[in-house]
Amino acid sequence: MRSNISAFLSGLLFAIGLGISGMTDPANVLGFLDIAGAWDYRLAFVMGGAIAVHAALRPLILGRERPLFTAKFPTFSASGVDRGLLVGAGLFGVGWGLGGYCPGPALTSLATGAMPLLVFVPAMFAGMALAQVPRARRSASAGTPVPGASPAP
Amino acid sequence: MISSLLPPLLGGALIGLSASLLLLANGRVAGISGVVGSLLAPVRGDVAWRVLFLTGLLTGGLLLVWLRPGSFPAPTSLSADGAWLLVGAGLLVGFGSRLGNGCTSGHGVCGISRGSARSIAATLTFMATGVLTVFLVRHVL
Repeated sequence: MRSNISAFLSGLLFAIGLGISGMTDPANVLGFLDIAGAWDYRLAFVMGGAIAVHAALRPLILGRERPLFTAKFPTFSASGVDRGLLVGAGLFGVGWGLGGYCPGPALTSLATGAMPLLVFVPAMFAGMALAQVPRARRSASAGTPVPGASPAP
Repeated sequence: MISSLLPPLLGGALIGLSASLLLLANGRVAGISGVVGSLLAPVRGDVAWRVLFLTGLLTGGLLLVWLRPGSFPAPTSLSADGAWLLVGAGLLVGFGSRLGNGCTSGHGVCGISRGSARSIAATLTFMATGVLTVFLVRHVL
């Protein structure tokens, strides 16, 4: 129960942060990616601010034996950079550059009920589902847990 | 100049705080594509917190609509071409973020904070293809 409240609050804080930062306006995102035009570098400070805070707090958090409301901290795949990672990230970047939306800002902006999001978000879920079908099959045949069971990324 | 950097920095700090809260309380990584995408292949006992996180995101969106409507672009009409572009963009963002195991938040914020080589490689890659795409759309086509 408490873990559900903290997850809700985390999502709420995330959305407010996205809104204040400017990430929920695709014009800002496309301006940031347009380094050959009138480059709007401001969004670099969003990632900078987020990394500064999280990188500072992370070691303190991981100094605990376990999270507040669950059994254990995440473990991460020891595998290196592979083709799926690079191809996936590459395709993701193309979509990001076309629409100006990545998943967090798109879901947050869905609250406006604006038409672009009503088109983009279902397409995004369809794309996610497409990517997960072969993965779920592979996992099932290899006897390893499905993607949802392991922490991303 | 400096004042125009304050909202991005403050917003970014809140995102970092959100990711830290989720790690501290739930032991989870705040990668949006992973948190939400895993709902499409639900695993028993691993659903509620994801739904609640998503509900928090949407509630935050509603709060912004109410208190800070300028966070979002002014509503415009959507042409058929524009709609198809967004379908393509959405498919690529969804497919790519799951294939690559993360998006701007999971790789760009959480992964880089951890110093993960995979996340640094992914972030450089999606930044590069994003820049290239905008370059082609705005300056070539």
